[in-house]
Amino acid sequence: MREQSGFAGPPSVGRAVVYAVVILLAAGYLVPMVVVVLNSLRTAEEIAQTSMIGWPKVWAFQNYTAAWSDFCIAQTCSGIRPYMLNSALVTLPATVFSTLLGAVAGYAISLWRFRGDSWIFALVTLGVFLPEQMRLIPWTIVLRDVGLTNTLSGLVMIHTIQGLSFTTLFCRNYYVAIPQDLMKAARIDGAGFFRIFHRIVMPLSPPILIVTVIWQFTHIWNEFLYGVTFTTGTQQPVTAALIALSASVADVPQYGVQSAAVVVAAVPTLLVYLFGGRYFVRGLTAGAVK
Amino acid sequence: MSVSTLGTPSATRLSPAILAGLKRLPEWLVIWVPLLLSAGHVVVFTAWTTWISFTPSTLVPVDGWVGLRNYTSVLGTRNWKIAFDNLLLFGFGFVVLTALVGLLLAILIDQRIRGENVLRSIFLYPMAVSFVVTGTVWSWLLNPGMGVQKLVNDMGWTSFRFDWLVDRDMAIWTIVIAGIWQSSGFAMALFLAGLRSVEADLIKAAQIDGAGPFRMYTRVILPTLWPIVVAVMVILLQFAIRTFDLVRALTGGGPGIATQLPALVIYDFMFQRGHLGRGSAAAVMMLLTLLGVLLPYGAWKYYMRRRAANA
Amino acid sequence: MSALVIRDLRKRFGTTDVLKGIDLDIDSGDFTVLVGPSGCGKSTLLNIIAGLETATSGEIEIGGRVVTAVPPKDRDIAMVFQTYALYPSMTVRQNITFGMECRNVPKAQQAEALERVAKLLQIEPLLARKPAQLSGGQRQRVAMGRALVRDPKLFLFDEPLSNLDAKLRVEMRMEIKQLHARIGASIVYVTHDQIEAMTMATRIAVMNQGEVQQFADPDTVYNRPANLFVARFMGAPPMNTIPATLEGEGDRPVVVIGAGEHVVRLPAPPSIGREWLGKSVIVGIRPECIAEPTRLFGSSTAAGLTITAPVEMTEPTGAETIVVLRLGGQKVLGRVAPDIRLANGALATFAVDTRKLCLFDPQTERLIA
Repeated sequence: MREQSGFAGPPSVGRAVVYAVVILLAAGYLVPMVVVVLNSLRTAEEIAQTSMIGWPKVWAFQNYTAAWSDFCIAQTCSGIRPYMLNSALVTLPATVFSTLLGAVAGYAISLWRFRGDSWIFALVTLGVFLPEQMRLIPWTIVLRDVGLTNTLSGLVMIHTIQGLSFTTLFCRNYYVAIPQDLMKAARIDGAGFFRIFHRIVMPLSPPILIVTVIWQFTHIWNEFLYGVTFTTGTQQPVTAALIALSASVADVPQYGVQSAAVVVAAVPTLLVYLFGGRYFVRGLTAGAVK
Repeated sequence: MSVSTLGTPSATRLSPAILAGLKRLPEWLVIWVPLLLSAGHVVVFTAWTTWISFTPSTLVPVDGWVGLRNYTSVLGTRNWKIAFDNLLLFGFGFVVLTALVGLLLAILIDQRIRGENVLRSIFLYPMAVSFVVTGTVWSWLLNPGMGVQKLVNDMGWTSFRFDWLVDRDMAIWTIVIAGIWQSSGFAMALFLAGLRSVEADLIKAAQIDGAGPFRMYTRVILPTLWPIVVAVMVILLQFAIRTFDLVRALTGGGPGIATQLPALVIYDFMFQRGHLGRGSAAAVMMLLTLLGVLLPYGAWKYYMRRRAANA
Repeated sequence: MSALVIRDLRKRFGTTDVLKGIDLDIDSGDFTVLVGPSGCGKSTLLNIIAGLETATSGEIEIGGRVVTAVPPKDRDIAMVFQTYALYPSMTVRQNITFGMECRNVPKAQQAEALERVAKLLQIEPLLARKPAQLSGGQRQRVAMGRALVRDPKLFLFDEPLSNLDAKLRVEMRMEIKQLHARIGASIVYVTHDQIEAMTMATRIAVMNQGEVQQFADPDTVYNRPANLFVARFMGAPPMNTIPATLEGEGDRPVVVIGAGEHVVRLPAPPSIGREWLGKSVIVGIRPECIAEPTRLFGSSTAAGLTITAPVEMTEPTGAETIVVLRLGGQKVLGRVAPDIRLANGALATFAVDTRKLCLFDPQTERLIA
């Protein structure tokens, strides 16, 4: 493994071109975010007069208060605050549950080994690829039968069970690198399933748990299809609310407020990436390149 | 000083086997409940939806058998035909272009440039943003009445046109653009890891052989990278097949039905038109499309592993 | 008393027989080395003794108690692994006491045992460190400490020295041997290195293809190998094994190697059965039994048998020189004193120690004399 593969060539036109291209591209990637953040600080009239792309003439910070707590989405005029809360109440428990259960399952499959483990693992992995559309009707019926239709708990259940496919896969691929000798030594020392997990596997797990948590958090927070299918009205997560918002402002565009709502909705996952992104890339690539 | 816990005679009336079993019950529960839920719902739900696709279900699932009628009627709709044509176009364009952009970014970042961490984060951050946000933002940027076209027009170039969003033939490419923006950082991260894991000795040998940067990449480094290229393309292709939110937020399937994709048609059948049977049939066909990508890939991986094991 | 008894142990993975009926009886206090090439089943056998794998059939007895169905932690064993298998997140102290913690040994007793072992292995200064902060040799010691603290009926070592560099390996080899002499524990030690087997063992079990080829003390294994496999596996360089015929009559059988002008005749071991006269055999002769003509073998004061043979190549190692020569047309290795200079291609005279010749049946490959 090498750190860098760049070539120690002469610092000439070649490197200047590389820098120029890379900076240009980076600027291009930043444009959408910059545009939205600027728009979130411009008034609707100003945007209507010019275009979506421009520097604020007056700083319209009131867009944020409107987006957060006043604006009307469908029939409810409480901004996106309740929907943000919904997303948090779904995302946090589902992330924690699926990560913990996936860690135990991945540990059992990779290190504990039992009859039929490879078959079960193959099925669990298939869950990563099975399209949501194949599960929409069964989930609708299951939710109805367990009485969780249009509830946040229902979404937590769905995201926990579906998330297990990813978390088990991630953890299993990480744990297989733990030498079997370590397990043998622990068994001879008399440690059981839970003690080995708690004392030996868990202390080695932070890198993969970070990856798993970031993955689950962003996926569940950003998820739209289930949110819009299984919940309605004020029970919807923020992604569904954003779509409803753009539908309800179709007649009188309120791009400033809408931009503010978009920024607020994107902030949690962006923060997670900002702080954990480096570990995420490291872990993800380690697992995916294998 | 032997400190074995052996030989403590069991004082209970339970047989040792049952006692041992009870002791291991918590661990069996913790292992099997999540695994069975996870593996079970995949199997059961797949079978369930497949079954519904053969029934005359409309608003609610009903028993019955209509054979392939749902399939033929879905295949007969213009909506599905357009969606599937779009999928081919979108899938091809999105996968190839995203992989190319990702590879370009990875090679650029790999040039020992300054500020690598910052640049990497910039290219990767769109991945943290939901498809809903991505679609909404790009729908503004690409909207000719208020986005890039309006800006350029206002600046004086009044004849400038960039109206793919409302152009039936070009609208699908706006989804490709947004998709590239969202996913190319992910491709970059995987390619970069691949580039960085090329053996240092290989590079040294090529340098001693006198290979310049261009030849180094085309002849030495990229050839070792192609398993990752294939893996990335498979991952991207299955993103493409499942694309739903992005289109909902960006074009809503329009103009008209010009940017329909299978995932939208399925949702439409199931929850807008209240035809669960046809929606399920369409979902099964989507799964089959996905398997058409994944099975050859799995077989290829298996073959490569076997060949590596035998070598 | 037997520390370990293995009766007709078999292990089958799918269609391959990994262990084909192993019988071993290991005395208490013995240092038994299981040696063999990779894939011979020795590690599987060790794992089965530990209870980490289950046998397809057969029985295992440790310290007089049948443990075939007993889990590893209750077998009263300790194990040292090739990779050391130190728990990376625990300190050296925690690594050593973890087993006692699992068995709910009182804290005071744990501390006492820890202190005893740390002193024995001289690892007291390392107790607060994590495994990542230790050198290879230190990790090795900690791994042994973890085993020793248990004071088990049986120690199992799984190639514990193969991850160390050559110099450290020699040091640890001696240290383990001394440790065994001091505490008199029963040890089963797996290695693929026949030098380790020879230097450390009180008993050697040579394994190949899932079977014990020979189970004896090192001297017997070396000088009287039970079959051609053992002859060729033990010793570096290994025993020369040369096709020959047995001739002569009455009580003076002769081993004849080669024919025509290259023929070499050596007196056969007197114990060879008369029925072998006139038949082909394979003669085994250790390289050190072919030396410079002035060499006196054993306690004999008279020069022994000498032969003349062409030298093909020499390999000086410093302490001695390995000679490749042609014996009756066959390529054979000899070991001569380091100051002897032999020209390639020239004829030279060698003394041969004929007391240690071994004869093997070419069909069954077994030792016949």
